[in-house]
Amino acid sequence: MRLDASSGTRLLYDLRVRAIIYQVVAVASVVFLGLYLFSNVSQKLAEQNIATGFNFLSREAGFVISQTLIDYKPSDTYGRAILVGITNTIWVSAWGVVFATVIGFFVGIARLSSNPLLALLAFLYVEALRNVPLLLYLFLWYALIVTSLPSVRDAWELLPHVFLSNSGLTVPSLNWSSAHTAALAALLLGGILAVFVRRRIVAERVRTGRERVTWPLVAVALLAPSLLAILLFQPDLAFSLPEKGRFRLTGGAQLKPEFVALLVGLALSASAGIAEIVRSGILSVRKGQWEAARALGLSDGRTMRLVVIPQALRVIIPPLTSSYLSLFKNSSLAIAIGYPDLVMVSNTTMNQTGQAIEGIAIFMLVYLGLSITISVFMNWYNSRVALKER
Amino acid sequence: MSKSKHVTRWLAMGLVAGVAALAAAPASAQSTLDTVKKRGKILCGVSPVAPGFSYADDKGARRGFDVDICRAVSAAVFADPDKVEYVPLNTNVRFQALQSGEVDILSRQNTWSYTRDTSLGLDFGPVVFYDGQGLMVPAKLNVKSAAELSDAAICLLPGTTTLQNLEDYFRPKNIKYESVVFENSDEWRNAFFSGRCDATTTDRSDLASVRAIANDPEQYVILPETISKEPLAPAIRQNDPNWRDILNWSVYTLIAAEEKGITQANVEDHLKSEDPEVQRMLGVSGDFGKMIGLDNKWSFNIIKMVGNYGEVFDRNLGPKTRLGLSRGPNKLWTEGGLLYSPPFR
Repeated sequence: MRLDASSGTRLLYDLRVRAIIYQVVAVASVVFLGLYLFSNVSQKLAEQNIATGFNFLSREAGFVISQTLIDYKPSDTYGRAILVGITNTIWVSAWGVVFATVIGFFVGIARLSSNPLLALLAFLYVEALRNVPLLLYLFLWYALIVTSLPSVRDAWELLPHVFLSNSGLTVPSLNWSSAHTAALAALLLGGILAVFVRRRIVAERVRTGRERVTWPLVAVALLAPSLLAILLFQPDLAFSLPEKGRFRLTGGAQLKPEFVALLVGLALSASAGIAEIVRSGILSVRKGQWEAARALGLSDGRTMRLVVIPQALRVIIPPLTSSYLSLFKNSSLAIAIGYPDLVMVSNTTMNQTGQAIEGIAIFMLVYLGLSITISVFMNWYNSRVALKER
Repeated sequence: MSKSKHVTRWLAMGLVAGVAALAAAPASAQSTLDTVKKRGKILCGVSPVAPGFSYADDKGARRGFDVDICRAVSAAVFADPDKVEYVPLNTNVRFQALQSGEVDILSRQNTWSYTRDTSLGLDFGPVVFYDGQGLMVPAKLNVKSAAELSDAAICLLPGTTTLQNLEDYFRPKNIKYESVVFENSDEWRNAFFSGRCDATTTDRSDLASVRAIANDPEQYVILPETISKEPLAPAIRQNDPNWRDILNWSVYTLIAAEEKGITQANVEDHLKSEDPEVQRMLGVSGDFGKMIGLDNKWSFNIIKMVGNYGEVFDRNLGPKTRLGLSRGPNKLWTEGGLLYSPPFR
């Protein structure tokens, strides 16, 4: 009986029970704090007669966005305008990641080159780019483009119908239709098919040990679907040619200086960081691996490609993920040089509607969501290249 | 017990204490006038840099048209025009700063518009400057009217309704254009001056100051069209009618003083005026100050310390300043303008 009476107190001294109590209290406090902030803000806004909620997303935006990937006109909704901002952010970040990775790998390898001039150049490249804030580089690249190129009325005609000016590079473009989209999709399908065929062929070679001429097979897999799609849908091959109007070039497709400056800024700055990550990855592979590969008679290039890089990737991927994430988030600096990314479109929306809390909530959620997507993908890739213990 | 358990325990206790502290801090409602008097100064939200409207002079003191509005209110409340702390705010945060109580008056070239008046929890005082959005182009383009700007690229700043006005003006005319929006005003001006854009747009008063900065102002022309109405008015929070009266009548004092010919220099003489309205205004007769919780000399102090509307305009924006603006619609109603003060009776 005495035992029962004190079991309540005794339970409190049980370490496991205590651990659970602490955690419950901690979680409850965080939830309570969040709810308190939310209700406090809503109550204050209501008291001050400030409109709240996301109804504004379905109202007409009424402003122009000049660079769009999806159809957009000013009579569309704020929601659509923000979607344009999101696609623009993804577009510039995706290209930034591609360029930063390619340049970063080359510079990282060049830093380890036995050619002192090349190694020195790579060293200077890295130090110059990673020691100055990206924002200043963006101003620099943008100012270089805008002040060093001629204005659009005196645009340089590089090739027939290809114009370069401080309003961008203008090239002839196809009058895009669904037939073109179909052909493009078929080309993508061909690419996937070609990779698949090639894998089968390599597996066959490993199994039989015989080398055969196989590239025609790959080429057919690559091109057949798109040829078929072209025959089937017959996309219009007429070009829209840029012409000089009174103010601008009309027609054709344009690569705008705001996009180029942002892309160059993001890609170069990130590539400096990636170069260092790649260098550390390569240096982490022990010298014995190089020597073993040479002993097998592999050339330097193949040693790098087949032996060193696959092992270096284990060290490279985790910090590379952080580089990609910061590149993605840095794309919000677009606002300084006039590229209509998510932040800029949201800002305009907030200014017109006055609903700043909702606007900021939207772009924080979008950045969070997309960052987590990048992380998940990179972690999946990391687990693929990680050392597998068999 | 391991070290990490200690950490967890302190963390949990800290959180609980923090939440308790937050929950126990209710905001007390007090009138803005009382708060301002207790604090001993007015918090006034202004533009960081806007030549003519709000800028720091070579001694670091804030000057400008918007600044003088706050000085007038300070003169009315404290009998001293300089009991003001200026809070430079950019366009994105200005209304939030007012809503959250960081400033008592927002005197910052705010356009009075329907959405802002109805959904932001604020009220606008009287219009102190009638402005309108205009367009500026390089003279060599030989553009005579905004209607010719088809396919042009237009550089502008966000943070205002500039972008929306442009669309409202061009859409019915079926004019297509490219917009390039800059957050930073230096980048915006450079892009325009270097020919990235064919035109730039903002309020006409602002265009005048951008043009004044150009290497050769003669190379740029401001087009004749005014594509929007931009009545600039100071703003206050919606929940304080008394504070609103103080702001309104401080501005009306500036206008009425010009109408009655009372200036900084001759306001002492007008204390002997036979005009009953002037007597009521200057606190010679009646109890007008008490009615809004101020000293009866409040109006006298405004005119003595800040001047009348015409003096404020000439000092900051007029033909003798760098902006060189003419009064335009900002003349008194008696002279064909829009400025009109309700009567002091």
